[in-house]
Amino acid sequence: MLKRNIRIIGVVFLLAISAMFMLPAFMPAASASEAAAPTAAPAAADSAAAKTAAVPDANAVTYPPAPKLTAADYPTVSGVNPRVAVWLVAQLHLWLGAFVVAVPMFVFIIESIGMATRDERYDNMAYEFIKVSITAYSLTAIMGGLLSFSLILFYPDVFKYLALIFKESMFAYALLFFAESAVLYIYYYGWHWLQGGNRKWIHLTFGLLLNAFGITLMLLANSWTTFMMSPAAVDAAGVFNGNTWEAIHNFLWNPINIHRVVANVAYGGSIVGAYAGFKFLSAKNKEERAHYDWVGYNANFIAIAALLPLPFAGYYLTAELYAYSQQMGITLMGGVFAWIFIIQAVLIGALFLSANYYLWCGMGRSDGANRYNPRIKYIAIVLVAAFLVWFTPHTLVLTNSELKSLGGPYHKYLGVFGIMPAKNTAVNFLLTFTFMSFMFYRRANKIATVSWATTGNAIQIALFTMGLINIVTLGVYYGYFTNTVYKVAASIPQVLTTLTIIITSTIIDTLMYKGAKDVAPLHWGRMPARSQYALFLLAVSFTWLMGLMGYVRSGIRQHWHVSGIFRDASPDAYTPTLGYAANIITIGTIIFMAMVIFVFWLSTISGKHVVAKGYWKEQA
Amino acid sequence: MTKKRLIPRLLQLALIIIGVYFSFILLFDVALHQIIPKSLLTMYMLFVVAGTVMVFTFTEEGAQELVGPIKALVEDPSKKMLRNIVFVIVPLLAGYYTYTSMMPSFEAPMELRTIHPAPPSKFKAFGKSYNLTTLENPFRKFEKEDPAKFKELVKEGGNVYIKNCQYCHGDKLDGNGPYASGLNPTPLNFQDVGTIAQLQESFLFWRIATGGPGLPAEAAPWISAMPVWQDYLTEDEIWKVILYLYDYTGRRPRSWANE
Repeated sequence: MLKRNIRIIGVVFLLAISAMFMLPAFMPAASASEAAAPTAAPAAADSAAAKTAAVPDANAVTYPPAPKLTAADYPTVSGVNPRVAVWLVAQLHLWLGAFVVAVPMFVFIIESIGMATRDERYDNMAYEFIKVSITAYSLTAIMGGLLSFSLILFYPDVFKYLALIFKESMFAYALLFFAESAVLYIYYYGWHWLQGGNRKWIHLTFGLLLNAFGITLMLLANSWTTFMMSPAAVDAAGVFNGNTWEAIHNFLWNPINIHRVVANVAYGGSIVGAYAGFKFLSAKNKEERAHYDWVGYNANFIAIAALLPLPFAGYYLTAELYAYSQQMGITLMGGVFAWIFIIQAVLIGALFLSANYYLWCGMGRSDGANRYNPRIKYIAIVLVAAFLVWFTPHTLVLTNSELKSLGGPYHKYLGVFGIMPAKNTAVNFLLTFTFMSFMFYRRANKIATVSWATTGNAIQIALFTMGLINIVTLGVYYGYFTNTVYKVAASIPQVLTTLTIIITSTIIDTLMYKGAKDVAPLHWGRMPARSQYALFLLAVSFTWLMGLMGYVRSGIRQHWHVSGIFRDASPDAYTPTLGYAANIITIGTIIFMAMVIFVFWLSTISGKHVVAKGYWKEQA
Repeated sequence: MTKKRLIPRLLQLALIIIGVYFSFILLFDVALHQIIPKSLLTMYMLFVVAGTVMVFTFTEEGAQELVGPIKALVEDPSKKMLRNIVFVIVPLLAGYYTYTSMMPSFEAPMELRTIHPAPPSKFKAFGKSYNLTTLENPFRKFEKEDPAKFKELVKEGGNVYIKNCQYCHGDKLDGNGPYASGLNPTPLNFQDVGTIAQLQESFLFWRIATGGPGLPAEAAPWISAMPVWQDYLTEDEIWKVILYLYDYTGRRPRSWANE
């Protein structure tokens, strides 16, 4: 029996691997287009056109130019606003998709930790996370189907134009989706079946495959989106003259890929954190509270760990966007969308503050935390001060009397906080001090027993001090007294300084607290209810933030379906007011959170078993 | 058992928040003579309040000490008189705030001015088309190749500026020229680190040559009073005046090249 099962698993495994290897068959060989990455779309188009002309291909497909549409070319459905419909469905699909792509990533890691430590609690937690994501997976697929129908229905010419260019990758996407579903169901339903010894390894391999399929699907979908922003291998008329890989590997593809992968993990962590909070608050007994407190702690840890590199991924994406098109960059951050970035700053503030607050509350689980409590206020002061810099806009919102009094829209003293060097410095402070909160939390219940503990602490204090001085020096000197190229470049050593602080400090701490003495047993479950609301705030802020930034990413194309080559001629080809956009995103956030609560609720009823006495006929 | 404090926690919280609020006003409005805008102060205070409440409530004892007096005010029968007073004052304060914030005034509403227009990829001036992604200042190369000539070009740019631009942008390039107070939006302050230092020279050329009417259709309406300088200056004069703007302010134009 076991042999037969292993054989079946082996066949499925090989099929899945084969499906992965089939993917390149749909994608012609990679070109050197990246090296000649365009500084503007037309440049990329010219180079691709030249190459096509030089190597004539008898089987080459001729692509039509981008259609020149009129308002009559956009079908309408009475009572439905096409833009709002597609906007909401696409956003809901993305939120759910981000969640279901992210969860298997950390489920895989948690399962591995469980295998390495042989601690079953990790395995149970990983199973619980994947259980939550399985319902979300169905919802993602439903939303994906709705999105496809909506696009075909409301924007048939746009869909046709993109489908012609991406036909191979769209077909591969559909096949991969089947493969992902199969692997996910085996992974989930086979969890308790594939336990122990080699079986556990087979199960883990399915987890790896699930991640490979999920990420590949996301990368393919990203390429369609980024092609609309930074089209590659097209001429000025929109005639595509490259191959599939060139279309996929457009200028903004990798920056978006990196940003989305990191953000998805943080987002997934925050949603399962909210799940743990939900279960914690509805727990019936002490054990349940302790379990979900532990789950919430781990989810928050995942969210924070991924949140730390996220600002750098965002900065890289924006720098690449500026490099691709100054016009797009300025529209994004200096122009009509700039105010959304102020809301973004406030929401990121909410993210960091709620994550820190959860950690501080978590110190209450330990009786040794009192030593660190007086220091929390200093961390809070630095965090709040860094936020004030982080969201100070360059162009201020002023009343007329304020405008007259200041003599212009820029503040003489606060204006210096309005540009990127100040923001970069502030965000590096935020990250360093959030890490400090985490260190305090880790140390709260322990007393180091190594002989060099005092020296170790002194090294860490020196490391933090020197690092923070370096961050400020880089930000102030290179940010305000040198050429822009150095201003942008200085952000890299700033990031490296922060990472050096975090990594070196973690190594020192790990060594220093090896075999450390516990002050008292940790009291899992000794958490106030308000700390769980911090977890909810984290999830809601993330969702809202993704909606806002997703709108901005899409909106900077302005009146173009495909930037610069395919004009949007629909009645909605205008940038809506900020208030209108914010309302739509807020409605989307509410719908999504309702779906999430539905998923959480489903997870609670799945374990309930009602004995309906007298309902069923007694069997002899 | 909570220790007896000289100042109750709730009062401490209120004093900190009020203290920070007035510190901002004292620092900017009084000491530095640059008012802190209401919109910004509101945002600042939002996070100050959030941060302070977080510090006061992250321990169970702290939270109880903070909430205790409020609970007692609502529940304790001996505090009936105080409760009634608070229950009258709070709605009155809320009503006063609502009244003052909703009361119509003669002041024009606040504008979310998009002061930073996005440039087009191409534009027309002097009867020809310019590509903004590749356009460079033809005189910039003399900065290294022939410093004496470069100095002369900057000087000529300075003359153009004094004859044409300083009336609005000021003789110190700080946006405070003799006509500035009559304009809204006020002329750009080139000394500000967030203006020309953030821009490529090609951007300045586009803005100067096409002026207010050349601003993009997106984010309209623009109310810039900037003249269309291609009607009054030559192409070379515009490039020279750009050299002068950077030279006088000590800023470098935005560039992707290392120097």
